[in-house]
This record gives sequence, C-alpha cells and structure tokens, in this order.
Amino acid sequence: MSSLFEYTLRLGDDSLMIGHRLSEWCGHGPILEEDIAMTNIALDFVGQATSLLELAGKFEGKGRSGDDLAFLRFDRDYKNVLLVEQPNVDFGVTMMRQFLFDAYRKPLFERLQHANNKEIAAIAEKSLKETKYHLRHSSEWLIRLGDGTEESHTRIQEALDNLWRYTGELFYSDDVDKELIAAGEIPSMDGLEMEWRQTVNEVFDEATLKIPESDWQFDGGRKGMHSEHLGYILTELQYMQRAYPGLEW
Amino acid sequence: MSNKEWPLWEVFIRSKQGLNHKHVGSLRAADEEMAIDNARDVYTRRSEGISIWVVLSSNVFASDPSEAPELFEPSDSKIYRHPTFYDVPDEIQHM
Repeated sequence: MSSLFEYTLRLGDDSLMIGHRLSEWCGHGPILEEDIAMTNIALDFVGQATSLLELAGKFEGKGRSGDDLAFLRFDRDYKNVLLVEQPNVDFGVTMMRQFLFDAYRKPLFERLQHANNKEIAAIAEKSLKETKYHLRHSSEWLIRLGDGTEESHTRIQEALDNLWRYTGELFYSDDVDKELIAAGEIPSMDGLEMEWRQTVNEVFDEATLKIPESDWQFDGGRKGMHSEHLGYILTELQYMQRAYPGLEW
Repeated sequence: MSNKEWPLWEVFIRSKQGLNHKHVGSLRAADEEMAIDNARDVYTRRSEGISIWVVLSSNVFASDPSEAPELFEPSDSKIYRHPTFYDVPDEIQHM
C-alpha cells in the first residue's frame, strides 16, 4: 500500500531531520554534560530514522534501503514537517523546537504502539521510551529558561513566537493517514492535538511563557514544499553519498 | 551572562548485577534534577546502571590524606583480622 510508504516516510523524515539538527550541536553544547545529552538524543532520532526509513523502503517494494531514502532523494521528496528543519540558532531556540516536537511525538507514539501494523507498532513502542525522556529533558529546559533570568526569558519567549507558526503542521492530515486509519493499519488520532496542547499549556504555564495570539500557520512539509533550510541540510547530509556513490564505512 | 559555574555533584550508579551504588565520577548541574538527568546522559549511555544517586560534592566529607598513616597503616599488621586461620571442614562447601 503506497499510503504505508508515505506515512512511514513522514515519520522517518521527521526523525532524520531533527536528529541531524541536534547532531549539529556535537562539540558545541553549552556545557559538556548537555553536549553529551543532545548527542545522545540526536542518536536516538537517527536510530528511529534508520528503522522507519528501512520499513518505508520495504513498504515501497522497489528495493530502496533506508540509506537510499535518507541520502539519495531530492528535496521535494522529503516529507518532514517544517518545524524540524528550522535552524538551531541558539540553545533556547533548539530546546523550544525540541519541546514542541517531543510533546507531539509522545502522544503520537502512544497511539502508534497499538497499531495493527506490527512493524509500525514495534518501532513506536521502542521510540516511545526514548521520546518520554526527550520530552522530560526539553520540558525541564523550557521551565529553567522561561522562569530563569530576564535574558533567558526574553530569548525563549522569542523562540516560541517564531516557532509557534510551525506547530499547526504537526497535525496535518490527508488521504494518507485517513486511508491507513480506515484500513485499520494505524489507530485513530482523535485527541492527539488536544493532548499536545495540554502538555504545551502546562509547561508554558510553569515556564511563564505566552503562546502567540496569531493563529496563522505554515504548512507544506508533508507535501514536500520546504523552507530554504532543507536544501542546506541536504547539502551536508548527502555530500558523501553524492560525491562517492555507494561509499560505506 | 554569568560565568558562575554550576555546583559539582558526585555520581553513584547501581549496576544490574550489583546491590550497591558505586561512585563513577562527577559532573556539574544547576540542581538535583538536572544532576540526575546529566548523570543518566553521561554515565549510563552503555547500559551501566539501573539506579542513580547524586550527592553535592560539597556535602562529601573526606579523610585527610596526610592522616593516612595513622588511619590505615595500623591495620596492615593485623592479619589475624582476616578469617584465614581456620581449617574449613571438607563437608562445608562454597566457603
């Protein structure tokens, strides 16, 4: 079923891109301990991407491996949400992006671990444990930064103001997921956004952060229409495979 | 921006096999919750543990190295404190 391919690709690309973004922090973390934490989390996401893109290749049935999908597609063929490709900027922006995403990933995997499709369910169950820790980690930082000094508050609020417009897309729904839900491959996503909103409200409340009033939202990532940042990511991500096709090490 | 360093914490990890928490090293963190998270990330990446203790390094009171001779050397000559002078009957196994 091509919807299975498309759906798994979306999940895999989300993990791949946010994992790549976090890996950019390697060696640049604000303190040694946080540098290791972010690299650990980046590796969790790259691991998820590996499993999900392998599975997507299997669903597609054209002999493409996870690596082929990760390294040899053109930009329009990537289906991640725009949020995860947004630049790191600074530690606050990175943690805000991470929190908004983790708060969505947790209830998503909680649902997907019960999917009738056993392969998706297995990846979701394993990833959920990682995600719970990721959410705990990013929530802690938001509260510290939001309810911290005047400077940290201002900067993390600014990060929220800038990233909020990328959150609507997390709940993008079209024929792909509707078909899989109707076919019973994956469970219903009812209440997903509400749960996300509840987590977000609770943490922002404690972090003394305010959700921007504008409701205007970006979308496009799920259809392959990306922000200019994706091209730069792909340049770096794909360089080795493009320059030395088939290279392994 | 402040250049003040976060306090230092001592980290103790209990492994799957062990009953006791063992000292594995130290790290910096703003408070105990961050210390636990950092310990998890720095010291349990390779499945080293199932439980973590963190203690503020400033709360650890240590013996004075210069007092080592009077503290520890006297016991060196008391080999009778090791239970090695008994003949264990053959019937008792696994001693």
